[in-house]
Amino acid sequence: MENTITFTIDGVEVKALAGQTIMEAADGANIYIPRLCAHKDLVPHGSCRMCTVNVNGRPQSACTQPAAEGITVENETEDINEIRKDLVDMLFVEGNHYCMFCEKSGNCDLQGLAYRFGILAPKYPYLFPDRNVDASHPDILIDRNRCVLCARCVRASKDIDGKNVFQFVDRGPEKRIAVNAEANLEETDITVTDEAVAICPVGALLKKRVGYAVPYGERFYDHKPIGSDIEEVAK
Amino acid sequence: MMSNVENLKKDVVDICKKFENDRTRMMDIVRAVQDKFGCVPSEALDLIAAEVSSHRVEVESVVSFYAFLSKEKKGKYVIRLCDDIIDRMAGVEKVAEAFKKELGIDFGETTVDGKFTLEYAPCIGMCDQAPGALVNDQVITNLSTDKVSEIIKTLNETDDITKLVKRVGDGNNSNPLVHSMVRNHIRKRGDVIFSEYNEGVALKNAIAQSPVEVIRTVKASRLRGRGGAGFPTGMKWEFTRAAQGDKKTIICNADEGEPGTFKDRAILTECADQLFEGMTIAGYAVGADTGILYLRGEYAYLREYLEDVLQKRRAKGLLGNNVCSVKRFGLFGKKTCINFDIRIQMGAGAYICGEESALISSCEGLRGDPKNRPPFPAQKGYLGTPTSVNNVETFCSVVKIVEKGAAWFSALGSSGSTGTKLFSVSGDCNAPGVYELPFGITVNELLEEVGAEDTIAVQMGGPSGTLIGEKDFGRKICYDHLATGGAVMVFNKTRDVLEVADYFMDFFIEESCGYCTPCRVGNVLIKEKLEDIRKGCGENGDIEYLEKLGKTVKAASRCGLGQTSPNPVLTSIENFKAVYEKLLKTRDDGMCPTFDISAALKDSEKIIERKSVVFDTV
Repeated sequence: MENTITFTIDGVEVKALAGQTIMEAADGANIYIPRLCAHKDLVPHGSCRMCTVNVNGRPQSACTQPAAEGITVENETEDINEIRKDLVDMLFVEGNHYCMFCEKSGNCDLQGLAYRFGILAPKYPYLFPDRNVDASHPDILIDRNRCVLCARCVRASKDIDGKNVFQFVDRGPEKRIAVNAEANLEETDITVTDEAVAICPVGALLKKRVGYAVPYGERFYDHKPIGSDIEEVAK
Repeated sequence: MMSNVENLKKDVVDICKKFENDRTRMMDIVRAVQDKFGCVPSEALDLIAAEVSSHRVEVESVVSFYAFLSKEKKGKYVIRLCDDIIDRMAGVEKVAEAFKKELGIDFGETTVDGKFTLEYAPCIGMCDQAPGALVNDQVITNLSTDKVSEIIKTLNETDDITKLVKRVGDGNNSNPLVHSMVRNHIRKRGDVIFSEYNEGVALKNAIAQSPVEVIRTVKASRLRGRGGAGFPTGMKWEFTRAAQGDKKTIICNADEGEPGTFKDRAILTECADQLFEGMTIAGYAVGADTGILYLRGEYAYLREYLEDVLQKRRAKGLLGNNVCSVKRFGLFGKKTCINFDIRIQMGAGAYICGEESALISSCEGLRGDPKNRPPFPAQKGYLGTPTSVNNVETFCSVVKIVEKGAAWFSALGSSGSTGTKLFSVSGDCNAPGVYELPFGITVNELLEEVGAEDTIAVQMGGPSGTLIGEKDFGRKICYDHLATGGAVMVFNKTRDVLEVADYFMDFFIEESCGYCTPCRVGNVLIKEKLEDIRKGCGENGDIEYLEKLGKTVKAASRCGLGQTSPNPVLTSIENFKAVYEKLLKTRDDGMCPTFDISAALKDSEKIIERKSVVFDTV
């Protein structure tokens, strides 16, 4: 095939089309690279760093790094997975996450990653930030305590919903998600069917009144680890 | 009479119109609104968004990113006291107390009459004349407690900020357009940057050659970027020239924000013409017609002067349309003339904008978030155009290279690091200031030059560089041994290296853009552990904890800030491990050494109104 690139991930030969990222190529080869901010329907953001891989020995985010002929990619190595575990721990202590009664429990990508990496409790001290909740909208809840700043909602609202409901304000540890209104979400043009709401990987953007429609124990990651959808097709 | 809201509307609309309702000029728009109203009020966010076809939250996103912009109303005079480590060593705490007492407010507050706001600022580029502060755009140096009441009195009595300058500094600091008390402190003039500048000679030389020949000369000189990363300049230009695109851009990074760095301040004040000539040569070499000088917000006092220099260069035919045209320059037989102009883009208090892709974001009117790479700026930079971002000092070096030849330049310095380097030296030494010295000198030689005694540690290259101890003072300063962007902070035996590292971590937390997880969270965790250790709550294993955390932040961070932010801790562990170890505790009573039982019991003791019987430790 024309424009085909060949490279290796953990020694396995992988083919990619010109213009594809390492992550896209890996997905095509049924190799799972852990991720949080990346989503197949969104432009890559490269912020959570969960998809960090070594490319010819240098750390890069697989969601933004183009596949290139002959590169050597390390994905499932001890060093790389240590970095990813550290990142999961960081995200847990950075926010206020309460998995045991979170509506997203079992469907949450952050929790799913922690399960996959065998993390039982974060090794860092909790930072207990003071973050607020916006329950103004009749159908949608924002709980910034559980936000991981992945910008999925920002991108989905802009690129899929054709709106501009979300954007980040402030910087550094103070950085948080804001809405396109003077105060609250109810003043924006968001609707409950917007992709921006559904695409949240954690329990930060929630549809009201449907949180427990599927009981605990019967959710995606209750049955299979995160990433199985990509890995399984091969078998 | 118009209402306040109507007034605001008219002014905001006028300001937007001045920048052609162009959303990519957002920085200029919001800065102008901030200047006019002392803030970018909530109503203005909507107005700006409507004028430039953006969204309120997008405008808010930009405003909230930069330290010099705010949604809340600030005082007529915003006093920003620089509290970096050098200023702390120079007694800034007493000055801070004096300001608090004089104004009756704390930092972060505004006086009830709306006249004064008191804030801290990270390094304002005046470490050689610390303690320093900014009062709006005006720089105040060598502060003391006595001067505090004088400053407030002067502002209260005259309401004229220029009256704060009792005595103007040397050189162009006395130019009426600058009118500043800043002193240049150029202690050593070397053969390149501060050698005699012959206006237009290098530019004429360049235009007499083909652009490719100019790039070849710069490559042959082996000039490397002076900002710290050391990328070969000629190669960067070659990539930019080769990249596809009708329009190309040259950006000068004058956002020196690394604590302890102030070399570009000296260049901008004394060698502005040389700098602009270097940018024009770069424009010719890569085929760019747009030049941008990104000037850090702290150096706003130089802006009017720099605009004037640009204007004069345009009048002389050294800038603008038909640069060096045949008619003006008499380059017979050579019909080449180029169009190249430079605009000044003001920053607004964000260290991260010194990172080249964040700087480009800022020029485009966005938050100063770095961009994903690839594409690199040379492929797709400012507004999608191939862009070369170079340091102030780099452009100035180019002028002398093109004038005197690559061989002359590469004979200076050391083989891997040709030419001279400007060092901004501050801290415990007799003559802090700017030194132009050849690459390859040793730390010891530099310390002798600046008159430093009893030195125990030197921070090479600012917080993102290396904190070295005596055993490394024999090392050579150059890209391949001990690299530096120019900041050299000297600490003598009375200083605590952990306090230095602690301050630097504060700095990185404050200045992280917050885009990626490791830098946003990891630095806070490092800082917390370091604080514990300094408080005497460190235990065995904490050094390994810091090393592992630091390794993750360095490896996983998205840009140079995060990739270097753990350096203060990692290099101080490497070079001053004994200082850490001395503070780590072990306990033999089986308790975790970092756990303070009496502190933990305080609340419950209060409730039961008696002391703990078992842990009656006080």
